[in-house]
Amino acid sequence: MIARLLGVGALVVAAAVFPAVAGAYPVKLLQEILVWGVFAMSLDLLLGYAGMVSFGHSAFFGIGGYVAALALKQSPHLLSALVLPALAAALAALVIGFFSIRVSGVYFIMLTLALSQMFYAYAFQVAWLGAEDGIIGVPRPRLLGLDLANATAFHLYLVALIGLAALVLWRVVRSPFGHVLRGIQENEGRMEAVGYAVQRYKLVAFVMAGTLGGVAGSLYTQFVGSITPDAFFWTTSGEALLMVIIGGTGTLWGALLGAGAFILLQSLVSSYTERWMLILGLTFVLFVLFAPGGIVGALSGRVGRRA
Amino acid sequence: MSFVPDFFGQALNGLSYGVLLFLLSVGLTLIFGMLDVVNLAHGSFYMLGAYAGLATIAATGNYWLAMLVAPLAVGAIGALLERACLRPLYGRSPLDQVLLTFGFIYLFEDLVKWIWGGRIRSIPPPEAFSGSVQFLGATVPSYRLFVIVFGLVMAVALWLLIERTRLGAIIRAGVFDAEMTAGVGVNIDLVFTGVFAFGAALGGLSGVIAGPIQSASPPMGAGILIPALIVVVVGGLGSLKGSLVGSLIIGQAETFGKAWLPGASMVIIYVIMALVVLLRPQGLFGRALK
Repeated sequence: MIARLLGVGALVVAAAVFPAVAGAYPVKLLQEILVWGVFAMSLDLLLGYAGMVSFGHSAFFGIGGYVAALALKQSPHLLSALVLPALAAALAALVIGFFSIRVSGVYFIMLTLALSQMFYAYAFQVAWLGAEDGIIGVPRPRLLGLDLANATAFHLYLVALIGLAALVLWRVVRSPFGHVLRGIQENEGRMEAVGYAVQRYKLVAFVMAGTLGGVAGSLYTQFVGSITPDAFFWTTSGEALLMVIIGGTGTLWGALLGAGAFILLQSLVSSYTERWMLILGLTFVLFVLFAPGGIVGALSGRVGRRA
Repeated sequence: MSFVPDFFGQALNGLSYGVLLFLLSVGLTLIFGMLDVVNLAHGSFYMLGAYAGLATIAATGNYWLAMLVAPLAVGAIGALLERACLRPLYGRSPLDQVLLTFGFIYLFEDLVKWIWGGRIRSIPPPEAFSGSVQFLGATVPSYRLFVIVFGLVMAVALWLLIERTRLGAIIRAGVFDAEMTAGVGVNIDLVFTGVFAFGAALGGLSGVIAGPIQSASPPMGAGILIPALIVVVVGGLGSLKGSLVGSLIIGQAETFGKAWLPGASMVIIYVIMALVVLLRPQGLFGRALK
């Protein structure tokens, strides 16, 4: 336990001091990995713990991203950068979750997919969100007198926030609440029979995951400085699922690892060939067929996925 | 433009779009009903169909031949996909199958981009339907009328196939209970592959038919998938009738939305779906959820 905490602490410190030893491009890659890592971990809370396969997680990523973009343009402060995006994503998750948890299995997949596409359709169409061009030129916030336009400050801010998000998720899945979620994943009927308000637990999990997904989206906007409707597109959800699957579901750090593998593979492959999507698709197919436990599963010798 | 011709013009546009959605969604719904697989690569079959048609026309100049070749080629790809990749996953969680087909979206899209390039290509309509006709004061491309008639004929043919033939009885039995169907001596493995290939072929057919209306581009598959899924959710999973009614509703809703409520057009079909899920979660013609 202590060894593990020390290990995680060492990783956080390593990530924090990374810019001191690495060039601009590797630092950018690391930041990208961290942002997508939060998004993938928030999805893993649903996928790997509650057993809810959401194909609509991009809705929260996009909402967080757009709200941050709009708010930061008004006033570049903490409230705009984190609080408003998180609240907006939480609200959206409450509404989408309310509809979606009424159904399960493939219906849940299709409903979450379609509801997130609704946001894509809207953002793609309306002028106040910049239609298909999205919102560009978003300033980074000022935080406690620190200007995050400064590269070092921004890096530390990202690492700290992502560490915090991971800590929160880790506490959640270890809590009694997290164990109830696992119980629901194992056997929903049984949990209902022993008296748990299963639907309420699922909704809370959905809102939690959505909120963190919104934070990830907001961080993405701050990282890139812009947001486009593509953030809402359903392939964003699919790619996040892919990260979780490649890394290994139900472990949280597997999601982070998967995000890392995804981003690194993407940058590696696209520097050699234009056929990134082909390699991506192939990798994915091979993982699903031959390594359903993901990287974590392969490392620990676990073959099947907990499903 | 006055109201009546405008209305009829839009209604016919909606009908031709609905018919395309029907051909696509019927495969989706049959595959789901039988194999319990949500085939996210179904949009890719549509795209592959359009490009197979394009290639055939480029080689022979014959649109009708393309309408024959495209479904056969895409059906063969579907059969291969089912045999080689989906079959090993049947014992696993349904998520694995969804994710596998998701991976194939990228594979197919990039392969097509590799072979044919990424730009938008248009497929010319066949010579006989390249003009337009006056219909209740509206000018309608005659190709659209052909698509509507063809789609409705296909709907009747599919209905006859599924409700009136022995093969159709086997498919219906498989949708109802695959294990039991195997138990009475049907080679269910073969039926699974056949249904998947058939659904893929219909997807390919809708792609080649859509070509002259919507033109072909690699991302067209990922784009059409969502309306097709909405049709299936609205109509009810596994239901032929639901697929037809759902397609016609969604086709009209989207077309009229674009014309009359441009601000909200893309959102309308999602609102319809949300209402159906709230009021009748199994879809208009679906069996009650287990």
